[in-house]
Amino acid sequence: MSASSDATPLVDVRGMTLQYKTPDRLVTATYRVDFQVYPGDRFVVLGPSGCGKSTLLKAIGGYHAPVEGEIRLKGTRVGKPGPDRMMVFQEFDQLLPWRTVRENVAFPLIASGRCAARDVAQRTQASIVKVGLQEFADSYPHMLSGGMKQRVAIARAMAMEPDVLLMDEPFAALDALTRRRMQDELLTLWSDTRFTVVFVTHSIAEAIKVGSRILLLTPHPGQVRAELNSLPPDADAGALAALERRIHAMLFAEPADARAVAA
Amino acid sequence: MSEGSILPRPEIVREPVAAGALGVVEKPLSAWERATNIGALRKFALLVGLALVWEVYARWLNNPLLLPTFMATLEAFVRGVVDGELLGKAATSLRVLLIGYALGIACAALLTFLAILTRVGTDLLELLTSMFNPLPAIALLPLALIWFGLGYGSIVFVIIHSVLWAVALNTHAGFLSVSTTLRMVGRNYGLTGLRYVTAILIPAAFPSILTGLKIGWAFAWRTLIAAELVFGVSSGAGGLGWFIYENKNQLDIPNVFAGLFTVIVIGLVVENAIFRWIEVRTVRKWGMQS
Repeated sequence: MSASSDATPLVDVRGMTLQYKTPDRLVTATYRVDFQVYPGDRFVVLGPSGCGKSTLLKAIGGYHAPVEGEIRLKGTRVGKPGPDRMMVFQEFDQLLPWRTVRENVAFPLIASGRCAARDVAQRTQASIVKVGLQEFADSYPHMLSGGMKQRVAIARAMAMEPDVLLMDEPFAALDALTRRRMQDELLTLWSDTRFTVVFVTHSIAEAIKVGSRILLLTPHPGQVRAELNSLPPDADAGALAALERRIHAMLFAEPADARAVAA
Repeated sequence: MSEGSILPRPEIVREPVAAGALGVVEKPLSAWERATNIGALRKFALLVGLALVWEVYARWLNNPLLLPTFMATLEAFVRGVVDGELLGKAATSLRVLLIGYALGIACAALLTFLAILTRVGTDLLELLTSMFNPLPAIALLPLALIWFGLGYGSIVFVIIHSVLWAVALNTHAGFLSVSTTLRMVGRNYGLTGLRYVTAILIPAAFPSILTGLKIGWAFAWRTLIAAELVFGVSSGAGGLGWFIYENKNQLDIPNVFAGLFTVIVIGLVVENAIFRWIEVRTVRKWGMQS
C-alpha cells in the first residue's frame, strides 16, 4: 500500500447522529460521533451495552441512515448495503442453511459479480483453506460447531476481498476457549493479508488483543470518549494491565478519576 | 480467612482404562432395532393393523350394505383397477386437481410477492385471506356453476379458491419469520427484488411453504371430491367423486368403498412419496427440520 493511500481515511465518519424508533419512543443511539479508519487498521469500537456500537456498525454497513452527519467510504457517501462492506454477525444463523460451506462462501462472489466466474472455485477454496475448514467444505452449516460457523462467515467475507470487514461481536456467542483461539486466528489472518476491519466488542480484553486502535464510546447516547492506540500482542503483561485499567476507568469511573489514572 | 477452615485434600490423578479392556464401546444395532428405525416400515405395520381391525369388525357386523369387509373392498378395488374404470376416473380427477392446484399456487405466489414488496400488498393479502379463507370452497360452487357452467371450469375455480388462501397464508407467514440476520446477509450481497426473494426468502421460508403446499393439496382433494358428488353427470366421464355417487345409487357398496380407498391411496402416496421426497432433499438436509 502506498504512502498516499495510507494518508486518506478508508472510512470517514463525521458528526454522525443515529436515531431509531421503538413503538413508543425515539431513541438517540449515537450523538455526533467522529472517527476515521485507515487502510490496514484493526479498528475496535468498544463500549458498554447501550452505547449504540452495533447501530453504528450497521450504519457503516448501510442498513441505517444517520439523521445528522455522514459516512464516507473511500470518499463516496454510504447509502445502502453492498458487497464492498462485508458483515460478520454475532449470530450463528448468518450462514444460509440450504447451502454447503463451499456454496456459502461462493454464493456472494457469484451473486455480486465481484469475481470472474472461472475464478470463483479457486478463490472459494483458498478462503476455506485459510480458515482451516477444507475437510468440512461440503458439510451443511447445521453440522458445524459455533466456532466453525463463525470461521465460515469470516471466510465468506474475506473471499469477497471487501474494502472493509465489519464484525459485530463475532465471537461473543462462543465459549471462552474457542473465543481465544478465534482471536488468535483472526490476528494470524490479518498478518497474512492486512485487511481493514472494524470490530465491535464490549470486552476490554478482546479490544486490546484484537485491535490496533480502539474507539471508546460512552453509553446513552454513544459519544466518543477517546481513541487510543492498542499494544502489540507481545507487549509485557504490566503494560497490558495498565491499558486495561485505563480503559476501564474511562468507561466506568467518574471523569475526574479517569484523568487521574490516565496521567 | 484462616487456611484451616478448608480441609487439606490430596490431588487425584487417574490413568484411564484402555478402551479395549472396557468391553463393548460400540456395536451395531440388532436387525429388529434397525427395522423399527425405518418410518415406512412402522407405518406399514400400522396400516396392516388398521386393515385387520376393519376386517374383523365387518365380519362380526356381517352387513355388506353398511360395511363391506376389507377383503371385499380390496377385491372391488383390484377389479376396478384391472378393468381400468377406477384408473380412468382417478386420472380424470387428478387432471382437474393438478390444473386447479397449479393455478392456485401461481395466484398465491403472485399475491405473496406483492405482499413482501409493498405495504398495500401486505394489507391486501391479509384482508383477502381473512375474508375468503373461512369460506368453504363448496359454498362457491353454485356461483361457479352460473359463471362457468356445468363443467371443469367450475371445479377448477373452486379448487383454486381452496388452494390459494392456505398456500398464500403459510408462505407469507414463512417470509415474515425469516431471521433479521439472514435478511441483512442477503442485502449485504447486494440482492434486491426477485433475486432477493428467490435466493434468500423462499429457501429460508421453505418449511412453511411446504406445509402450505401440503395443506393446499389436501384442501384441493376435499373440494374436488365434494364438487364431483354434486355434479359429474354432465361433464362426460366424471371423476372419483362421481364414481362413488353412482355406485351408492346402485347400492354397490364395495365399489363405494373402493372409490374412497383410491382417494386414500393417492393421498398416502403423495404425502409419503412426493412430499416426503421433497422434504428429505430440502428442509431435512439443511437441518431446518428434524
